[in-house]
Amino acid sequence: MTVAERTRIVGVSLIVPVVLIVLWWVLSADSTSAFYPSLSSILTSFKDTWLFSRVGSDVVPSLIRFGLGYLLAVFLGIFFGVLFGRLRLLDLAFQPTVQFARSIPATGLVPVSITLMGIGNAPKIWLIGFVCMFPILLNTIDGVRGIERGLEDVARTFRLTRRQRIFRIQLPSAAPQIFAGMRISLAFAFIMMIVTEMVGATSGIGFVTLNAQQSFQVPLMWAGMILLGLLGAFLNIVFLLVERRVLSWHYRSTGRIQ
Amino acid sequence: MTMLVVDHLAKTYGDAATGVEAIREISFDVREREFVCIVGPSGGGKTTLLRALCGLHPKSGGSIQLHGREVVEPPPEMAAVFQDYSRSLMPWFTVQRNVELPLKNTIKETKQRNERVEWALHEVGLDGFGERYPWQLSGGMQQRVAIARAIAYQPQILIMDEPFASVDAQTRSGLEDLILSIRHDVGTAVLLVTHDIDEAVYLADRVVVLSSRPATVMDVVEVDLPRPRDQLETKSMPRFAEYRTHVLELIRATSRPDVPSADEQDVAAALHGR
Repeated sequence: MTVAERTRIVGVSLIVPVVLIVLWWVLSADSTSAFYPSLSSILTSFKDTWLFSRVGSDVVPSLIRFGLGYLLAVFLGIFFGVLFGRLRLLDLAFQPTVQFARSIPATGLVPVSITLMGIGNAPKIWLIGFVCMFPILLNTIDGVRGIERGLEDVARTFRLTRRQRIFRIQLPSAAPQIFAGMRISLAFAFIMMIVTEMVGATSGIGFVTLNAQQSFQVPLMWAGMILLGLLGAFLNIVFLLVERRVLSWHYRSTGRIQ
Repeated sequence: MTMLVVDHLAKTYGDAATGVEAIREISFDVREREFVCIVGPSGGGKTTLLRALCGLHPKSGGSIQLHGREVVEPPPEMAAVFQDYSRSLMPWFTVQRNVELPLKNTIKETKQRNERVEWALHEVGLDGFGERYPWQLSGGMQQRVAIARAIAYQPQILIMDEPFASVDAQTRSGLEDLILSIRHDVGTAVLLVTHDIDEAVYLADRVVVLSSRPATVMDVVEVDLPRPRDQLETKSMPRFAEYRTHVLELIRATSRPDVPSADEQDVAAALHGR
């Protein structure tokens, strides 16, 4: 890609955001409504709150809970996914339970987690982990099961160890599907991060935002939305970069990117 | 000296009464450093036979003995090259790591292991391709990677299931000569399954001719053609033509029309696990 092409692509993709921001700015400039404050007052509130006085007290705790919960989900999902994917009997035994548990709307579990574990970090992390485990679990089961028979033959004739079969053959082979599950879970984890902070919490972006609404600091509430949008987009980009790197063989061998 | 003895081998899919009989009774042997080709009609139980030999399938009757020990799981003295190279190489590993993986259990020292990989890649003419990925290579080159992986393992017997069936004719004769020269270099026995009579006669010391299913051994033909063999010279010898005709007659006597029977479709289904 030449510099000119790159510039054009960036230019085109900036048009709509810039237009929207300008419209918002102009249309809200003279706003007297308490519910639709002017963009400038929202940005002032954003600067005062999120740059960076509440970063240490709220943003970091939010992201830590999000990160730990997500990691927990990835670990549990892949671990049990490989187990269930390879051992038919275990899968049969647990499938009904899995189907039941994953059918409960995730947000419905918030009161349960508080009842069981209180209002600290633990219930939030565990709830994020639990909810986000299912997409990864189901995708891993599917991926591990769909492994090429030819590769199974190779693994057996060359007498690969169980460890090698799992880490060198089954997991890499299932990786594209595992990542598909992880991508769904990433969005879930972000939602659950906010939701768990809106009930029974004393810190976090969700807590600050809900608190702002309840105490009529409407610009701060809107600033929270901007922060969430930015954070979500950022996490997505990080995820895509990791995925491209780990699955580079997959994309290149199937001809989806050069 | 005889290394592999197959004695009255039988394989029926499903139970004895209602199942599909793929192999009825197969007996032959392979001597050390010998090149044996198994040739038979398509859908005739060749793959079943080969999977049983590798210890990938339980057998229904008879015995397979390698150095006097019964084969019940893939033995360490054996390496295999399968027909479908694209499904037998790992696309997430480079060529080097594909060849190296089985060696991790047999050669503990990294330096020695790397040397072995390098040697194997050199044998198949893929020097300098170690850092490429399989999908960056042509079909013939991918099959050469699979061959390199097998010989790096230093088996006493190399089992090959229609290894050249998925490449074009030009590549095919190149690979045939490659496998002959490798066999000459490393002195391993080779057991190669093919449906191509020319290929079988060209490569083999002995050709085991199978009937159509349920497979039995029709004849074992000693091929007394001089080595080293040459695609033009060997194939234009009158004796080559005689062997070829003889094998063809044997096979034609057993083949039926090319329509797969219900039985054959059952076997295909059983083989592919669906």
